[in-house]
Amino acid sequence: MTMTEDVKVKFKLNGRRVEASVKPNRLLVDMIREDFGLTGTKIGCGMGECGACTVLLDGKPAASCLILAVQANGKTIETIEGASPNGRMNSLQEAMVKEGAVQCGFCTPGIIMSATALLRENPHPTEEEIRTAISGNLCRCTGYQKIVKAIKKASKKSE
Amino acid sequence: MPELHIAGKPLPRPDAPGKTMGYTQYLDDWNLPGMLHARIYYSPKPHALIRRIDLRKALSHPGIHSILTARDIPGKNFIPMMKDDWTFLAEKKAIYPGEPVALIIGNNRESVCRARALIQVEYEDLKPVFDPEESLQTGAPQVNPLGNLIAYHKIRKGNIEKGVSEADVVIEGIYETPYQEHAYLETLGYIAVFHDKEIMRVYGTMQCPFYVQNAVASILGMPQNSIQVIQTPTGGAFGGKEDMPSLFGGLAALAAYKTGKPVKLVLDRRDDILLSSKRHPSRSYYRIGAKKNGALTFCEVKVYLDAGAYATLTPAVLWRCAVHGCGCYRIPHVKVDAYAGATNKIPCGAFRGFGSPQVVFAMERQMDKLAQALGIDPLHLREINCLRKGDETVTGQKLPFSVGLSETISKARSMSKWSKKWRQYPLIKGEKRRGLGCATFLYGVGLGAAGKKLDHAEAHIRIKSDGSVVFSVGTTDMGQGMETVLTQIAAEGLGGIPMEKIRMLPVDTFSVEDSGPTVASRATYTSGTAILSSCEKIITTMKKTASKLLSCKPEEILLEKGCFFRIKSPKAKQIGKNADNKKNAPFLTFEEMASECFSRHIPLSEYGYFDSPPTSWEPETGQGKAYVTYSFATQIAELELDMETGEIELQDIWAVHDIGKAINPQNTEGQIEGGVVQGIGYALMEFISFNEKGMIQNPSFSTYIIPTSKDVPRIHTAIVEVEYPEGPYGAKGFGETPLMGVAGCIANAVVNASGIDISRIPILPEYILQESRKL
Ligand code: FES
Ligand code: FES
Repeated sequence: MTMTEDVKVKFKLNGRRVEASVKPNRLLVDMIREDFGLTGTKIGCGMGECGACTVLLDGKPAASCLILAVQANGKTIETIEGASPNGRMNSLQEAMVKEGAVQCGFCTPGIIMSATALLRENPHPTEEEIRTAISGNLCRCTGYQKIVKAIKKASKKSE
Repeated sequence: MPELHIAGKPLPRPDAPGKTMGYTQYLDDWNLPGMLHARIYYSPKPHALIRRIDLRKALSHPGIHSILTARDIPGKNFIPMMKDDWTFLAEKKAIYPGEPVALIIGNNRESVCRARALIQVEYEDLKPVFDPEESLQTGAPQVNPLGNLIAYHKIRKGNIEKGVSEADVVIEGIYETPYQEHAYLETLGYIAVFHDKEIMRVYGTMQCPFYVQNAVASILGMPQNSIQVIQTPTGGAFGGKEDMPSLFGGLAALAAYKTGKPVKLVLDRRDDILLSSKRHPSRSYYRIGAKKNGALTFCEVKVYLDAGAYATLTPAVLWRCAVHGCGCYRIPHVKVDAYAGATNKIPCGAFRGFGSPQVVFAMERQMDKLAQALGIDPLHLREINCLRKGDETVTGQKLPFSVGLSETISKARSMSKWSKKWRQYPLIKGEKRRGLGCATFLYGVGLGAAGKKLDHAEAHIRIKSDGSVVFSVGTTDMGQGMETVLTQIAAEGLGGIPMEKIRMLPVDTFSVEDSGPTVASRATYTSGTAILSSCEKIITTMKKTASKLLSCKPEEILLEKGCFFRIKSPKAKQIGKNADNKKNAPFLTFEEMASECFSRHIPLSEYGYFDSPPTSWEPETGQGKAYVTYSFATQIAELELDMETGEIELQDIWAVHDIGKAINPQNTEGQIEGGVVQGIGYALMEFISFNEKGMIQNPSFSTYIIPTSKDVPRIHTAIVEVEYPEGPYGAKGFGETPLMGVAGCIANAVVNASGIDISRIPILPEYILQESRKL
């Protein structure tokens, strides 16, 4: 197989079985955004340093700009579009809106994905745990305070 | 003031749901059929003649459509900004590393990326200069085509010798502040489409669509009515999307014009940091004096900003720097000289605070040193000198109203329990220290006397026949929440209709006239005032029509919560759909009125204007009404300092801001928290490093470090509302202020903790260790 030949990948994307033909060097983030049109996943750096492209890979947060599309084969991928499948915000998203945790919004999808993974594993995190969970997600607008509050609030709701 | 129902409430942002669900489409989230991609080839040289550009290899790379250089520009190779020095593409000379020389256009991002490496340019090196003070000496290499002195401003008030002779204590200091990168999360990006070869449409992430319009007019030589610039949802800006979109939006337009195809020009993070403007680094020389009782007698400042190679916005930045150089105090004798020198480095432009954080840091260190010399509590020293209602600023401007500075001081004092801690902390000795520091400051709202010409704004409101509303303004939301605040103002101005009924249209140069840039914390009060004026006109028409329908005089109509009442009988029952009831109808809803006006051919579509109250500036003395009004603030930092490692752990920041009136208190808090955290980055971690050729060495988030969720202390915000009578519902602008005092109060807290004399930022552990050895 040469580098230019397309490879088939089959995976679960936001709960649905999908497949795609991709170049072996295609990035997961490009496949998600361009081949599947799911542009909620953002690119802030392309180098694994900002967290804007965070998706859940088998439930764990991952920088999709550092992962090859072929690595998704046989795996489960969740993106921000999967968080509110009917166009209705989930409780975390609602808390983000209510608490004023969204300014420019470019970091928001990535932060929601990181927080989603946290809350699934640890439904009642401490503030410290929340800060650690989103420490890979840069936000230049909010100062994080309201984001942390929103995640905390969403975790209380799930009690 | 009437009772407010919507303005002044912490209502959620209308743009937030789309952003949280990932629906909101930023520039790079959409593509057009047949669209090409562009990338910049830039000079790696600090200062060189361009001898030859060889594009052959690059052009033969698969997927390359064309490569454009300065010669392909049909209009003028000048970016309209403050001076006529800045080119889109370097032609004969390249004067900083990162200066665009060619534009590569191809089918996809990979090809243009690879072809860039194949462009061969022959340069002839010239001697560079990297320090602004050096660049202003005679014999220095000429960097900028119009001369190395990019700008000079001065202030002369009273008689400086007299001030010196009256002083019991004189404090001197030299201060340095670094570059700061905006690090907005969404990089610069533009799409240009030459629609039917008649209208050039440019979409993109930006603060000032009208700047981009003018840039496109220049590069293509087209009239403004053939250029439509539309702002897309903008992922942060902080000043970084004021000047740069003119360059890159202009180049995208050039590419679309030349190829006849839609062209997308999106910078990746590396290019964005390498090629975009930054906060000006500064070096300042201070001398201030006071009497024994603490009253300031004089302030003398000489400050140098490093402008980089081109002027872009430097003259305006330097002016604000000069006006803010002596802080927020009553000082009888003042002398300020502010210089901006050109160097062979990236041009510096606008960044939240616009030339003032540099000098606020310096002045606030001076005030603390003075307090120490006088044996006065530093916060009290500020109280002694702070501007109050009726006082005069250093430019001789009387402040007749809205001066809440002393209120911010007392509030911050009690919130932080200042008095007890500030005295105790220096007594703690040993490895782990604790410190408390303060800073007080002002911010001139709007463009001020230096930007008078641009200081106006237009708004347009249209009521649709079903009673829903659209409005357009010429200022932009880049994440700060202007859309929310203006929607609240419109909802209130239209008689208290729900915000959900109102939609702000994308900012589009075809829908309203140039409203000046969205900078200088001016959007709320300029566009807000314009909106209120259109609301008034619409309401007058609606009331008149309502009075006819309710058979009374227009003065007898009361508009409340979206209903037009006949005052005499406000409680009677609402009219039904049945037209026969109308004669007896005591009130009509907003929707009914909209539909009545529509069917009666009464237009509900109005423009509103904001015209800045007059400002003035006498260039020889620096005296005049510099700004329409000022915002004020006090910030206090508490921290822990490890003397062994030099590491600082911030504990708390108190930020108390007088902003006239908070139209949306939650939004205001968000602005304060975000600004404070940018200030923390500025104070403690952010810097750009250059190699000996003036090339930026840290163009990534792993090398240019900004605060993460773990670097942030508790932030306590408080809002003081001393209303500004000329602003909408008493509001004055303030979005930039939260960043401005942070470096000063953190530095002062480090001094309180350790006794180390901090004179530059960022305060890295190495700096603390190096200085602590001198103790
Ligand atoms: S875009 Fe993937 S981490 Fe920044
Ligand atoms: S909201 Fe703008 S980067 Fe987080």
